[in-house]
Amino acid sequence: MSNAAAIRPGRPALPEWVRRLPEYLMIWVPLLLSAAHLVSFSLWTIWISFTPSTLIPVSGWVGLRNYSAVAASRNWQIAFDNLLLFGSAFVLLSLVTGLALAILLDQRIRGENVLRSVFLYPLAVSFVVTGTVWSWLLNPGLGIQKLVHDLGWTSFKFDWLIDRDMAIWTIVIAAIWQSSGFAMALFLAGLRSVDTDIIKAAQIDGAGPIRIYRRIILPSLWPITITVVVIQLQFAISTFDLVRALTNGGPGIATQLPALVVYDLMFQRSLLGRGAAAAVLMLLILLAVLLPYAAWRYVQRRRAAHA
Amino acid sequence: MAALSIRTLSKRYANLEVLKGVDLDIESGEFTVLVGPSGCGKSTLLNIVAGLDHPSAGTVEIGGRVVNDVPPKDRDIAMVFQSYALYPSMTVRQNITFGMECRHVPKAEQDAAVANVAKLLQIEALLGRKPSQLSGGQRQRVAMGRALVRDPLLFLFDEPLSNLDAKLRVEMRMEIKRLHQRIGATIIYVTHDQIEAMTMATRIAVMHRGVVQQFADPDTVYRYPANLFVARFMGSPPMNTMPARLEADAGGPVVVIGAGRPDEVRLRLQGYDAAAPYLGREVVFGIRPECIAEGNRVFSGDAPIVVHAPVEMVEPTGAETIVLLRLGGESALARITPDIRPPPGTAAPFALDTRRICLFDPETERLIA
Repeated sequence: MSNAAAIRPGRPALPEWVRRLPEYLMIWVPLLLSAAHLVSFSLWTIWISFTPSTLIPVSGWVGLRNYSAVAASRNWQIAFDNLLLFGSAFVLLSLVTGLALAILLDQRIRGENVLRSVFLYPLAVSFVVTGTVWSWLLNPGLGIQKLVHDLGWTSFKFDWLIDRDMAIWTIVIAAIWQSSGFAMALFLAGLRSVDTDIIKAAQIDGAGPIRIYRRIILPSLWPITITVVVIQLQFAISTFDLVRALTNGGPGIATQLPALVVYDLMFQRSLLGRGAAAAVLMLLILLAVLLPYAAWRYVQRRRAAHA
Repeated sequence: MAALSIRTLSKRYANLEVLKGVDLDIESGEFTVLVGPSGCGKSTLLNIVAGLDHPSAGTVEIGGRVVNDVPPKDRDIAMVFQSYALYPSMTVRQNITFGMECRHVPKAEQDAAVANVAKLLQIEALLGRKPSQLSGGQRQRVAMGRALVRDPLLFLFDEPLSNLDAKLRVEMRMEIKRLHQRIGATIIYVTHDQIEAMTMATRIAVMHRGVVQQFADPDTVYRYPANLFVARFMGSPPMNTMPARLEADAGGPVVVIGAGRPDEVRLRLQGYDAAAPYLGREVVFGIRPECIAEGNRVFSGDAPIVVHAPVEMVEPTGAETIVLLRLGGESALARITPDIRPPPGTAAPFALDTRRICLFDPETERLIA
């Protein structure tokens, strides 16, 4: 808009920086504000994690005492084990589901647009809603088990929600329902970007559909796969509202996850220092995922620039 | 033996007829170029021969066998694509061996075949690389290697040089031609570039609107274009065509351009007996730019025919000078020696080679003589 005004005849040309002022304001103000927020609160949390703060923040230095306390607590240990199980199962299964959906949708079927929206739609639903709905569906006295019982199969048993060992899988199921459509959308874009001449060349070379997928199409999807894995992993690590609504960490503390532990320590037990320490530990786990990804992206870009 | 026979082949998409009854017979060892403007159906024809597309009617025979219902892999063909279509996740070696892997060729045989082809195309040093690490010309070589290693009955090339820069295109053009002379393969080559067609083909099929306009060797296509479309498509700059009248004279037929005008041009024809039925009628007169030269050029044969014509524009290209002039009021291009630059706006003498004139029927647009 400012450029258009500048070239309109009969008006004195404004200096460059005045014409571009709206653009600068649009970009830099929000960027600086959010960066300041992110950095300052992260630093503040890190500082708190080294203080003996409880109900309110206090200064003081306790070294790594908060960290050792959190790491030694049973709550955190269970949360960490759960995160490993939930993270790997969720990422793996949502990859497989997303890829399978994408491949099926890629077969030039009718109603593709409708189906694509259907599978992508759960992403638009809040995690709290997903968690609540699935808590009803999985509730033995209310949901699927009740339905099958009412249909006449009375020995049917599906009570993972209240089973200590299986409850974590209910979170996996709900999370997959929510986000495999996202993986599907990315994979579908990847499948569509494969040059059709390459498929034709493979047909002439004598490759059947399975071999074409295995040797040519799927290998070209691995950059997308890495992106999907990283995005899903960071979602898994920071999962809070889904668990809160679905199981609230229960039965007992069987489905505890790190974000729930942070919430529990900070706002229910009023142990600000320990909660901050747990939050910093979560940040470290996230960095363990994101830093290698950033490094990989950097190497890829360098290689592309040299090619 | 006919390597490829195409019989009354047609292809229609919904209400669009892309190919209208194409007939072609290609002998073993021939380098056939399918040439035509974009949308003429040449790529569709190639895809049907490859089995990647299905004809609406007609048959395709490869090596004496009707292959209409044979899948691409069993047609004994290899194809080189415009985009090269190399498998991006495989190395050059794997790209070349993939077809053999699919056909379960023993490993030792695969290695020998790769070594052979790599040597032929001088890509030995590239075998371990991925396609993304190759230049355009190198990718082109690998794509050809992948086709060559199959040793098929028929090679299909789909505009393989159009993604290369001009210099590389000329190099690869010669290389493909040399390759054809060396291995004697049967090649069908699709292009929109008439220079590629002229330089490489043993026979050219000129296509337009889903119909083969002419199927002949390059010299015939150039010297005796079957119709006005071929005359104007082949050659750069293209043949000059203009309306004219054919008149009878004591010494034989005379072409009159711009009849009745003060600057009318009269050209006596010799050896154009086939034009006899058109005496006294309108025709389309065609003459190649290289048959119009500076006034003192002697085209071998009889006394030179020189006309004085007004010059409109001069384009020096270095190798020659292209002159836009008026012949009996009609514009025409001439190619004259580079050191002569007749000033625009004046008249200059031009020598005409009347032995290579083409006459076309204005109604059917077909070549008369």
